[in-house]
Amino acid sequence: MIDFGTNIVGGVTPGKGGSLVHERPVFDSVNEALKETDANASVIFVPPQFTADSIFEAIDNGIELIVCITEGIPVHDMMRVWSYLKTSSSRLLGPNCPGITTPGASKIGIMPNHIHRPGNIGVVSRSGTLTYEIVDMLSKNDIGQSTSVGIGGDPVNGTSFVDILELFEDDPETHAVVMVGEIGGTTEEESIDFIKKMSKPVISYIVGVFAPPGKTMGHAGAIISMGIGTALEKIQAFEKAGITVAKSPSDIVQLVQNSL
Amino acid sequence: MKLYEYAAKEIFSKYDIPIPASTLVSDADGAEEAARKMGEVVIKAQVLTGGRGKAGGIARASSPEDAKSEAERILGMSIKGFPVKKVLIEEYREPIKEMYLGITIDRKKKCPVIMASPQGGIDIEEIAKNSPEKITMVHIHPLTGIHEYQARMLANSLDRNKAGELIDIIKKLYRVFIDNDCQLVEINPLAQTKDGIIALDGKMVIDDNALFRQDFSEEETGSLEEVARKNGMSYVGLDGEIGCIVNGAGLAMATLDMIKQYGGTPANFMDVRAGANAQQVKTALEIVSSNKNVKAIIINIFGGLTKCDEVAKGIIEIFPEIKIPLVVRLSGTNELEGRAMLGKYGIHMASSTEEAAKGVVDLGNSN
Repeated sequence: MIDFGTNIVGGVTPGKGGSLVHERPVFDSVNEALKETDANASVIFVPPQFTADSIFEAIDNGIELIVCITEGIPVHDMMRVWSYLKTSSSRLLGPNCPGITTPGASKIGIMPNHIHRPGNIGVVSRSGTLTYEIVDMLSKNDIGQSTSVGIGGDPVNGTSFVDILELFEDDPETHAVVMVGEIGGTTEEESIDFIKKMSKPVISYIVGVFAPPGKTMGHAGAIISMGIGTALEKIQAFEKAGITVAKSPSDIVQLVQNSL
Repeated sequence: MKLYEYAAKEIFSKYDIPIPASTLVSDADGAEEAARKMGEVVIKAQVLTGGRGKAGGIARASSPEDAKSEAERILGMSIKGFPVKKVLIEEYREPIKEMYLGITIDRKKKCPVIMASPQGGIDIEEIAKNSPEKITMVHIHPLTGIHEYQARMLANSLDRNKAGELIDIIKKLYRVFIDNDCQLVEINPLAQTKDGIIALDGKMVIDDNALFRQDFSEEETGSLEEVARKNGMSYVGLDGEIGCIVNGAGLAMATLDMIKQYGGTPANFMDVRAGANAQQVKTALEIVSSNKNVKAIIINIFGGLTKCDEVAKGIIEIFPEIKIPLVVRLSGTNELEGRAMLGKYGIHMASSTEEAAKGVVDLGNSN
């Protein structure tokens, strides 16, 4: 993150306060960190047992943007976090996500640095490594990204597709958007009405066509139950709404080139 | 993690939700003995799947001898691929009315939702589909828990005349849901009998992510799914011939889709998760290659937290023992180091998911 240009002002690990990591100070609590720094964003890597507590700590200290990388948080914890988050002005990205990258400016997360190129395509995805695949493919074809965002694969997460699409719609640096969805839930379908209103082209890609019903495909979110959330249903809903659906990452590149 | 009916009912009982008297047995003699103490009984197959009644996995018996022969029959059954190893012998309680009560997570509203229907029993899915107005749904704020008025609303929708008894059960079931980190808890049927309202069946699904703070021990089956889970990975067996090892669930699903697009059929889904080390990669290869149907294996890694040189190290450790052709794609963190390490072993390398998927399908066809 430091290499990518992010202004990391310090870290928080209870019990390690007073030490230095990469010449940055470590604090025992977010509260102490904010007394010495002007941090307005936080990235959380703590193990799942302690993650909800860390998010509450960040919210209570008024952190504007909380990016949570941790995978495997109990869903009951996330329901409590989410209803608390709604009463605050903080934004939570994730959990179980790779973070957010604006090439040439900063990165809060774990995406590999070298695959990104500055440009005008917004990327938003529920997946981590699949986002890397798509960003890499875009970059190799000289298509840079304005910002790339992973919203995370969990059933209860802080930021939805629509939230990010709204930001891309208002962002003058973004000329078109690639949206990567997957099986499970209805968050893709919920974004259809907004996409139809957008002035910018949206190219979607939805994975999990081959996933058998009833099985969890890694992400807790990627479970198909009661016929809701299959990849085919999502693809059909998008196509019916006139939204472009790509068949593969290389197809995305073609469709993005055609859209500009 | 799904719980057996008997385990769910044990939990209900701890929360004072009424259940019939019962004994869990694993042989016909045990069934006979249990029935002798109870009189008329119901013998219920204990399997982690639905539809056991329709499959013949539930029977009534009015004598210990009948109980023995029915238990013998059911213990020899396999329901939807699940062999019946245990049966629950339960005193028969005649239902005057069968209702439905369930609690799950509403992903859209991101909170628990309690569902109640005055008509329950085996056709609840049909009721949900054809007459959804019969099901009352009440959303619960995760930070306040269930309010009295909400329990009352649900109870009234089930049976106004029994509201007091039902309110009590609804509130207790919500505690079961919260205390045990449930994704689902269900009583179907919730039966009215001449001696009061009682849970005749019980279903619970526990959030796997919360097992660290719960006291449920998983049945040891020795399945590949279980071995993978114990090593911090996620494996789902499928019926094709291409073994798959991928980091990240989304990329793994995309890989499966692409294998299919190129005419192959995946033998499994496997996500080695972020930050996989050499040992995990080695174990993943052991798991995937132990499936006899596998003709070729794709390893598709795009490293963020995962380091490609670690992955390469894991592959090299086990490569001489694997007799199945591999296609490896390493991109992302430390990709150059990783690729260089594999270079001298003559392993097929690919630079994108599509190239790797195409390559592995070709290898599978020629093997």
